[in-house]
Amino acid sequence: MSQVAAVAAPVAAMGRFVLFLLQEMGRLAIFFLRGLIHIFYFPFQFYKIAEQVYFIGMKSVFVICLTGAFTGMVLGLQGYYTLVKFGSEGMLGPAVGLTLIRELGPVLAAIMVTARAGSAMAAEIGIMRISEQIDALDTMNINPVRFLFSPRLAGALISLPLLTAIFDVVGIFGGYLTGSLMLGISPGIYFSHMVDAVVMTDINGGFIKSVVFAAVVATITCYQGYYTHIRAEGFGAKGVGLATTSAVVFASVMILITDYVITSFLL
Amino acid sequence: MSEPLIRFENIHKRFGTNEVLTGVNLSIYPGEITTVIGKSGGGKSVLLKHIVGLMEQDEGRVLIEGKPLREMTRSERRAMKRRFSYMFQGNALFDSMTVYDNVALPLKEKIAMPKKEIPKKVAKKMEQLDLHDIHNKYPSQLSGGMQKRVALARALVTDPEIILFDEPTTGLDPVRKNAVHSMISDYQQQFGFTGVIVSHEIPEVFYISQRIGMLDEGRIIFEGKPEEIQSSTDPAVQRFVQAFESRHDQLTGMAPQSQGEKRFREEMARMDRYQNVFSLILLTMESIDGKRKRNHEAHQTALKEFALRIRNHLRVTDICSRYGMNKLMIILPNANQEQAREVCAKLADKLQTTRGADALFGSEGCFRVTAGIAEASKDRPIEQVLAAAEEARNPFYEFRVC
Repeated sequence: MSQVAAVAAPVAAMGRFVLFLLQEMGRLAIFFLRGLIHIFYFPFQFYKIAEQVYFIGMKSVFVICLTGAFTGMVLGLQGYYTLVKFGSEGMLGPAVGLTLIRELGPVLAAIMVTARAGSAMAAEIGIMRISEQIDALDTMNINPVRFLFSPRLAGALISLPLLTAIFDVVGIFGGYLTGSLMLGISPGIYFSHMVDAVVMTDINGGFIKSVVFAAVVATITCYQGYYTHIRAEGFGAKGVGLATTSAVVFASVMILITDYVITSFLL
Repeated sequence: MSEPLIRFENIHKRFGTNEVLTGVNLSIYPGEITTVIGKSGGGKSVLLKHIVGLMEQDEGRVLIEGKPLREMTRSERRAMKRRFSYMFQGNALFDSMTVYDNVALPLKEKIAMPKKEIPKKVAKKMEQLDLHDIHNKYPSQLSGGMQKRVALARALVTDPEIILFDEPTTGLDPVRKNAVHSMISDYQQQFGFTGVIVSHEIPEVFYISQRIGMLDEGRIIFEGKPEEIQSSTDPAVQRFVQAFESRHDQLTGMAPQSQGEKRFREEMARMDRYQNVFSLILLTMESIDGKRKRNHEAHQTALKEFALRIRNHLRVTDICSRYGMNKLMIILPNANQEQAREVCAKLADKLQTTRGADALFGSEGCFRVTAGIAEASKDRPIEQVLAAAEEARNPFYEFRVC
């Protein structure tokens, strides 16, 4: 009997984990759908959405420019020394442009937004949860998901594609800085080859990714904050800390997973 | 008695293996203040949260106007919630919003009110609660007492029918605590809402409540009027009240109401045995210029100062106790009505002649204290003697303390 129990225990544990995972995914999906639907409910929350566009978008511009510039610069360096071995340094422009527009731009911009705005959203909503502010909204007959999550979701959906575009442009100029100004590739070759190689499908793919990542980042970070109180491992300030950490880690991992899934569909 | 507005029927609530509520039965009647008293961590707040659906019971029913909460449709629940306001223990003010935005939020989001009307309504409510010049401040920039008042303003701004107060005086000093109680009582009388308070502030809550429910070990062990709880012979109830009731009223430093009544009964027994007479003076403090409605803290400060001065001028044998929010009761042993009148006149004289009264009281308001005198007699319970004193309130003994 004890041998059977010993064999069954890991299976049972795995079963519990799978059930927990399914429950969490279901709750996450419902949370996202409720937030999405409430964006379009009357009265529209224009002012709150504008505030979130400012917070998520405008306030992230500096960090996006900084990371975009250095990402482009390092791509220029690495690309040049790789391509020069094959005598194809003229293809540096397309290499930098396509890498940024297809992959690194959307992914890194989303990760930067997760780190800067996503963590703040998780912590803010988490604190509101533990200090009963969300319960207060409920007692006032104000839908907390509509009030807290919908504007943030809309703000992220508007901001992240724009931030991705900024990241791409700054990154391309970063590559130009190292490739052309430092290592001597002709600027004309750098840009003309890039224009030839990059097609609208690449830009659309990057745009689709950034929209999906925006939904992933906003949903996961807000969800973690919103359900801080049901975490088994911690309550109060500790719970908020753990929720923020999980929000950043989970959102970052999900960005990479969804990136792979979308890429496999797009290619 | 009218039908209960809210009724708990055999409510059970568990958190894991910990059963917090083990079969609560309680009725809350319209237009009254009902206070649920009990130990900290005894499930009072949990019980309150069941009313608005913030928590759901494991067993039993919560009925609102006879309809089970669980059986309500979403629109019925929404309509029901519109009638409620909830004042949280920790205030639950939105710390990233200004005071104005906090108070205005329920109007902006919940009530279909013209935009122009909102600032007027918020300003009026804040004025009524003596909240001046803090519209643009954030909750973290305010004192605890001020935050409570902002939370109360937010709870009252929608003119709700039912207000739930979760330990509204936690962490406040005696003056502010009494000011909040006085505010709740005044507003309840003014607007006639139904109030449900969760508290362990005994005896203060007895002064403002029409009904008391005592929660112990997850059950309501007493339900009735405040005077019934104090005269209850149930040992469990007595133990509970005595454990929570302090020997001295925190605001006035005098004995609490129950102690005053006990001393009255002792004097009655002495009268029976030795044929001693004794009298009673009932002092009632009122606002002359109506400012009390706006400045409850000033009123409570004045009451505190006045009680201190009364104590200093009484004889050692005289017994004084608080008797309600704004009343003090003085028992004068071995004094008939005429002698009591002389004591009262001397008291009035001393209070008037000692230092500038308004400076001493340090209050913005203008207060009047009236005194009613009655002599106790055999077979006349305290209520009748107090009623006689109330009727005999004489303008001759008015002390203007402004």
